[in-house]
Amino acid sequence: MLDATGKALIEVSGLKMYFPITAGVFRKHVGDVKAVDNVSFTIYEGETLGLVGESGCGKSTCGRAILRLYEPTAGAVRIDSKDVLAADANTLREMRPKMQMVFQDPQASLNPRMTVAAIIGEPLDEHTSLSKKDKLARIYELMDQVGLNRDFANRYPHEFSGGQRQRIGIARALALNPKFIVCDEPIAALDVSIQAQVVNLLEELQDRLGLTYLFISHDLSMVRHIADRVAVMYLGQIIELAPRDPLYLEPLHPYTQALLSAVPEPDPEAEKSRRRIILKGDVPSPANPPKGCNFCTRCPKVMDICRQIEPTFHEVQPGRYVACHLYQETAG
Amino acid sequence: MFTFTLRRLLIAIPTLLIISLVIFLLLEAAPGDPLGEVPLTVPPEVKARMREALGLNSPWYVRYLLWLKQFFWVEPVHLWDALFGTSYGEGMQRVISFQSRQPVMQIIAERLPQTLIVVGLAYVVGVLIALPIGIISAYRQYSWFDNIGTFISMIGFSVPTFFTGVVLIIVFAVKLQWFPSVYDTTLQVTDWASFKAQIRQMVMPVTVLALYNAAQISRFMRASMLDNLGQDYVRTARAKGLTEKVVVLIHVLRNSLIPVVTVIALGVPTIFGGAIITEQVFKVNGLGQQLILSIHANDMPMVMTLTFIFAILIVLFNLVADLLYGILDPRIRYD
Repeated sequence: MLDATGKALIEVSGLKMYFPITAGVFRKHVGDVKAVDNVSFTIYEGETLGLVGESGCGKSTCGRAILRLYEPTAGAVRIDSKDVLAADANTLREMRPKMQMVFQDPQASLNPRMTVAAIIGEPLDEHTSLSKKDKLARIYELMDQVGLNRDFANRYPHEFSGGQRQRIGIARALALNPKFIVCDEPIAALDVSIQAQVVNLLEELQDRLGLTYLFISHDLSMVRHIADRVAVMYLGQIIELAPRDPLYLEPLHPYTQALLSAVPEPDPEAEKSRRRIILKGDVPSPANPPKGCNFCTRCPKVMDICRQIEPTFHEVQPGRYVACHLYQETAG
Repeated sequence: MFTFTLRRLLIAIPTLLIISLVIFLLLEAAPGDPLGEVPLTVPPEVKARMREALGLNSPWYVRYLLWLKQFFWVEPVHLWDALFGTSYGEGMQRVISFQSRQPVMQIIAERLPQTLIVVGLAYVVGVLIALPIGIISAYRQYSWFDNIGTFISMIGFSVPTFFTGVVLIIVFAVKLQWFPSVYDTTLQVTDWASFKAQIRQMVMPVTVLALYNAAQISRFMRASMLDNLGQDYVRTARAKGLTEKVVVLIHVLRNSLIPVVTVIALGVPTIFGGAIITEQVFKVNGLGQQLILSIHANDMPMVMTLTFIFAILIVLFNLVADLLYGILDPRIRYD
């Protein structure tokens, strides 16, 4: 669980990722899609931070921007107190082994014309100087770790099932002994029985290798299972960040309340009495977010101030952060 | 791979036989008389004898079978004789051009070098400049390099070679007098001066054709690279911490080459076909020009043989393209 004394491994502050919108003959810059808008959080060593939110709220973009697979517009990301965003190309390349990513689509994220051994072994070619024999031994070791048969080393990705492909993706990410892995919806493309296998594998690897995860998902039950702390995103911003149990027991932000009320209850009796909060309308365009609070157009508890002033993201209880005017007043 | 090649070659035999029959029947059905250009003063009985001498009186299937025998048996025997100095082919009737009364293969052998040197070199030059342009254009999409490259390839693609050829002649041959406007096939390369003359006369036709080929191939290369650059596995490769060089040249380029290889391989037979129009503009007497002359003169054996050789090359390079897929894409296995 949350260990406030734990060492901060990843510090994200004021991260902004804007994609420019251009129009007209000369591609004039007319606006920005604010995919990630001023996001700050910390991930402690050895923990799993769940990042949840509906489709298009900027979860994946946030994960990629942290690893600098995009060039973020502004902000700072420090891993082990080293700034990722300020690093030049060479320094960044040397930092890559420490931070890795497991991608959402295990089919598309593997080069279709490379064998499994080549896919897993390529980072080793690039960042280590192992002999051919040692490299093969390491590849086999990684395949064992993720539960892939060694005989499959010379096969191509299309010969595997979705779950196996995701294991290849995980083995690849593990090849250089990373400390931090961004799991970008690693289970969304898999069917339910395989989801459990992959999530269990991720947990087991975390215990064994002391990994730190940023686990991006829209599956609230899965996040409840795997995460230590959970961040909820809406329209490019983190609106609530809290340890797992308090968040699921007593969500503070109206959006989190609505989101959690949508999780089905396995017990039919409880399911009958479950009261859903149905949000009206659509998510506003991230190119043109509303004035004030981003959620003010759909919030059931909207107040006048919400349409005027943007709420700040601050701590309301120890370890619990919310961006909402409801708590701003009580906090003082 | 070997059995696949063998099987494809065996399948090619009936394919080519059917193609040859279709070409023959098409030429047969086409209007026109090989003796159409014989002056009207020649008496009809003489004309009838000429017709008989050309073998035009026998039914079409006899002439077709005769052509088959000449093409597939007599000509290879003559080739063997020419190569090894034997004389097995003596007394056998070769495929003879109506127009010049020379063996068709002899004319082709005379003209092939011109075509190969000019058109073939233009193709190689075209491919060599198209690939880097396509790769850089895609990698720096919408940069000034890409915009200029796309614009030039659009021009090269849409302006016909007879126009660019004439423009080059007016500018460089007439106004500036840097290069000759007519390609001299009788020029023998013997020393440095004649070599320079050969280069000078090749510059313009090669430029015209290379621009056209490069325009086409660079567009394919760019589109194919763009397709792959946006793929998830490219992001994976970057996340692995590979250098950009490895990401682009190993991961993206290899995956992008497949459609481009098809276009390049299937373009090779057109080299042998000659660039009919460009050869006309620069007076290169290669195969393309010969084909035009023979069609004008209703020279059936010549047209038939040339067209059929093109058909063989097209079938052959289709196979080459398929084999190259197997090398570039390990998922494709032939067995």
